[in-house]
Formats: sequence, structure tokens, C-alpha cells
Amino acid sequence: MFTRLKQNHRVLVLVILGAIILLCLLIVPAFGGEPISPLDIVKVALNKLGLTNFSLSPAWEARNHESILFQIRLPRVVAGALVGAALAAAGVLFQGLLRNPMADPYIIGTSAGAAFGATIAMMLPISVAFLSFGLVSIAAFFGALGAVLLVYNLARVGGKTPIVSMLLAGFAVSAMLTAILFFMVTLSGRPGLLQNVFSFLMGSISVSGWNQIIIVAPLIIGGIVAARFFAFRLNALSLGEEGAAYLGINVERDKLTILALGSLLTGAAVCISGLVGFVGLVVPHAVRLVLGPDHRLLLPAAALSGGAFLVIADLFARTMLYPREIPLGILTAIIGAPFFIYLLRRTRREYAF
Amino acid sequence: MISLRQVSFSYSDTPVLHHIDLVVEKGEMVALLGPNGSGKTTLIKLLSGVLRPTAGEVHLDGSILSRLKRREVAQRVAVVPQQFNMPFAFTLREVVLLGRTPFHSLFSDGGQRDHRVVQQAIERIGIAALKERFFNELSGGERQKAILAMTLAQEPKILLLDEPTAHLDINHQVEILDLVKRLNREQGVTVIGAMHDLNMAALYFDRLLLLKEGRIFADGTPEKVLTAETIKEVFSASVQVTQHPLTKSPHVIIAPGEAPPE
Repeated sequence: MFTRLKQNHRVLVLVILGAIILLCLLIVPAFGGEPISPLDIVKVALNKLGLTNFSLSPAWEARNHESILFQIRLPRVVAGALVGAALAAAGVLFQGLLRNPMADPYIIGTSAGAAFGATIAMMLPISVAFLSFGLVSIAAFFGALGAVLLVYNLARVGGKTPIVSMLLAGFAVSAMLTAILFFMVTLSGRPGLLQNVFSFLMGSISVSGWNQIIIVAPLIIGGIVAARFFAFRLNALSLGEEGAAYLGINVERDKLTILALGSLLTGAAVCISGLVGFVGLVVPHAVRLVLGPDHRLLLPAAALSGGAFLVIADLFARTMLYPREIPLGILTAIIGAPFFIYLLRRTRREYAF
Repeated sequence: MISLRQVSFSYSDTPVLHHIDLVVEKGEMVALLGPNGSGKTTLIKLLSGVLRPTAGEVHLDGSILSRLKRREVAQRVAVVPQQFNMPFAFTLREVVLLGRTPFHSLFSDGGQRDHRVVQQAIERIGIAALKERFFNELSGGERQKAILAMTLAQEPKILLLDEPTAHLDINHQVEILDLVKRLNREQGVTVIGAMHDLNMAALYFDRLLLLKEGRIFADGTPEKVLTAETIKEVFSASVQVTQHPLTKSPHVIIAPGEAPPE
């Protein structure tokens, strides 16, 4: 299991992971307060494709399963898959670029920026929506990107942006934004604000219907496809900036592009889920442990695995204590950490990251 | 052909190289010698294009190096540094494959030709038995051979070496330099190497370039450059120069300074 795969096996791995995601999309929506028969879901999927004309169980019509499935469950599952894929892919990008095992999508300020933006939006007495996104989502998205832009410029010296400066600037900016955020919450005294901020920080998939997904999906899928084009450059960058330059990499330009792609993916995920932790840190590590560090395989494999992982975590989040929802960030850590430790222990050799 | 015309270089306010003129013809094998801080490594970096001269120009086959794209330079010039630190668990074969990076583009990042070239490079260096081992678990000498194979996969016209044998045992030093010399003789690869060990340089290189405080102090055959006087002048060390018993190349023998009394 832990030896390297042949070229044609790599394609097979991606096909299998793709099949797993597809299976999740068919089965996971069956579960919930109102159970839907998985058989019905498969039948409906085939019927909608125009392949068959199966008749469905009586409950389908009687209990309004059609709209539960298509307007509530399926959008949520698809959103979960997108968020998981985006965070895992962003994690691969940041770990590869920063050559740091602690790197995750949030490391250079995206999380603090998003939370900062979201909190300000929560405190504003206005409520507007743009393209069916609420103000909180929009503010989180731009807060994330704004924070990265700030960190990048703070770390930039004489036309270069050293990795270490970026990590440290990211840490400082995050600390500052988080402190201001909690200071604002402390001062405000607005009822329910702390609760709202807390649930943003713990993350949860929140979409209403398909409107937000229609906008976020192209961003995330496009971002992952674009990132895949940079996979061979991430491989070269693992030799360090100088080594990569010797191999013909335009280091400063590619650093900026990879950073921008990673931040865009993170921002897009955060605006429909809040700050779901752990996925972006651990899924890349787990996939690297099993498949090796070649980013040409690692990046798509991590994206597909992250998607599947988050769909399953979200299933537990919404069903375990039904009708109450558990914050998604709690589930990702509780399911993910033991699995990751298992993988870490199973590989007999030392994990050289 | 690669040449420097009146090249100077400073790290912010610290000048390192002053008005260097140098022409290295195709197929030459040139060692850069000099004490620490004399500018050897900086010169290698200027020749590789990762540093740009503060003044003057580096020319590669008639074009100005700094006007070429990094990728175009890397298709012709490869660099073996002292050491690479690799955070990921790449296998040796995967590291050698990185040498194909300059030939990759956004829409084509690997193909059959890559695998052929990589296989040939690995066999030429004689490390086929190690190719599925993890790079990080190899010894220093094996790693350096892997890096040499990686630069070979780059199919370079010019090979730059930055003290490639600095941390290696003597057997690996000899193996690495034997391999480099064969590349030079059999494939006409131009070799320019910053070297630490004067005797190794005399044994393997045809032309030595002695740097002192960022200027070329001596340039020529080992016999011409390695004399007791020049070494005294550049390294402030007292030596005697004899002849290597087998190759007749000059051999530097260190004469211990005035040792403190027992």
C-alpha cells in the first residue's frame, strides 16, 4: 500500500476516488430527519439522466422527498464536497509552497481575515445580499483575500518575498486581526453576536438551494484545475527557492500565483462554510503518506479525498444529535485525527513530510 | 560559450566581485579557487543566472543571460549545489525526474521521453540500484550522485558545480569528479566548478581560476596557477608545491605554520 504507484495506477487511484465522491453524492442525501430511500435516489438520478423510467416508492410523492432531496440535501452535500476539495487542495498548495508541515489553508492570515470580515458584517445593522450571498459571506471572502494581500506586501522586501517572512507576517497579522475581532465582540454587547462568531469559527455548511453553489463551484473547480497546472512547479519548489530557480522556475512569479490560487480556494470555501479546520491540514498529509509527494497526483487526489471526507463529516454533523447540529469543525477533528494518527503509525518509516 | 564582461556584484552594500572578465569556451573544464568569501559561489550564481550582475553582463552563446527566461537558461545550464534539503519523501527517481522541469510547461508535465532520459541519467551515474529508495534516506555521497543525475536529466551544455564534494568522504569525492570529468570528455559538457580542495582541482581540471577578494588573481593551467608564491599571496598560507607522483600535476603540500611550543 505504501509503495509508489505506476503511471497507469495513478489514473486508477483518481478514478476510484472520483467514484467514492459520486457514491457519497448518491447515498449521503438519504440520511436525515426525513429518511429517503437510497434506492429512490439512484432511480431518480437515472430517470433524470433520461436513461430509465423507474417508478418510485409511495413516500416519494407523499412526503415531498423530491424537494427535500433537490432543494435541501443535495445542495448541502455538493457544498460539502466543494468545501472539502477546496480546503484540501489549498492545503497541498500552501504546504508545498511553504515547505512547512504545519501549513494549512489558514496559515497566512486567511482565517483571521475571514473571521474579521464576517464579524464586522455581523455587527453592521444592515442586511444586504449580493448574488444570493449574505453580507457575512461576502465580507468573509474579501476579508480572507485582503489579509493575504496584506501579509504578502508586508513580507515583501526588495522585489522578493521570503517564505519565512511570509510565515511570520502571516502569524502577526492573524494574531492582530483575531485580537481586534474579539475586542470588538467584547465591546459590542450585541445579543447573540458571540454565538454567531463562535459558529463561524467552528464552521458549518450553510447554503440555501443552489444559488450560492452556482457561483462558488466554478471558482473552486476552476481553482483546482488551475492549481493542477502548477503541480510540476510545486515539485521543483520542494528543492527550495534556489534549487527551483536552477531548474528554470520563475520563483517569485510562481510563488505569487500559487499563493493567489490557494487563497482564492480558501476564500471560496470559507464563504459557504465558515472556518472548517483540520481538513486542509490533515487530508494533504494523509494522501501524501499513502500516495507520495508528487504534486501531479497529490493535488487532485487530495481534492477528491477532502471532498469525500467533508461530506461524511458533515453527515455526522447534521444527523448525530438531530435535530441539533454539531459544528463541522468539531467533527472533522474528531473523525480525522484518529485516522491520521493511524496512518502515521502504520507507515513504519519515519514520515519525512 | 559563456562569458562575463566587466561583471561586478554587491550584496546590498557589500561588494563581492569587481570587474570580472572571463571567457569559458565550449568543452572547457574550469575550477574556481580562492579562500572563503573570495566570490566563488557568487560567481557560480551569476553564471547560472539566479543572481544578476550589479554592473556588466553575462553572455551565454551570444545572448545576454539576464534577458533569457529562467526556463531557457535551465535548458542549457545546470547547477549542482553543495547540498539540497528536501522536505518531502521523494524517491531518488522522482528527484532525478525534477531535472526535466525546464522542459515541462503548463500543459505538458511529463511523458515517455522524460522517463527514458531519467533512466539513462540514472544508469550513467551508476545508481540504478538505489532508484526506488527515498532521497532523504540516502548517504551524502549517494544524494550528491542523485543530484548529479538530476542535472544530467536536464541535458545541459554547461554544468556548474558549487563545491560539489565539500561534505563527502574521499571515495565519493573521487567518484563524483570522475563522473563529471567523463561528462566533460565524452559529451563535451562545459564544466565550471567552485572547488575547495586545491589538489583535487589540479587533478581533475584543465584550467584553474584563482580568486582573491572578488578579483581574478591568476588564470591558467594548474602548473601555472598553483605555485607557492600565488598560494601564499591568496591564502596567506605557507605551502610547498611538488608533483603528483602519478599524474605529474602540481600537488600542494601544507607546511605547518610556526607551531606553538609544546
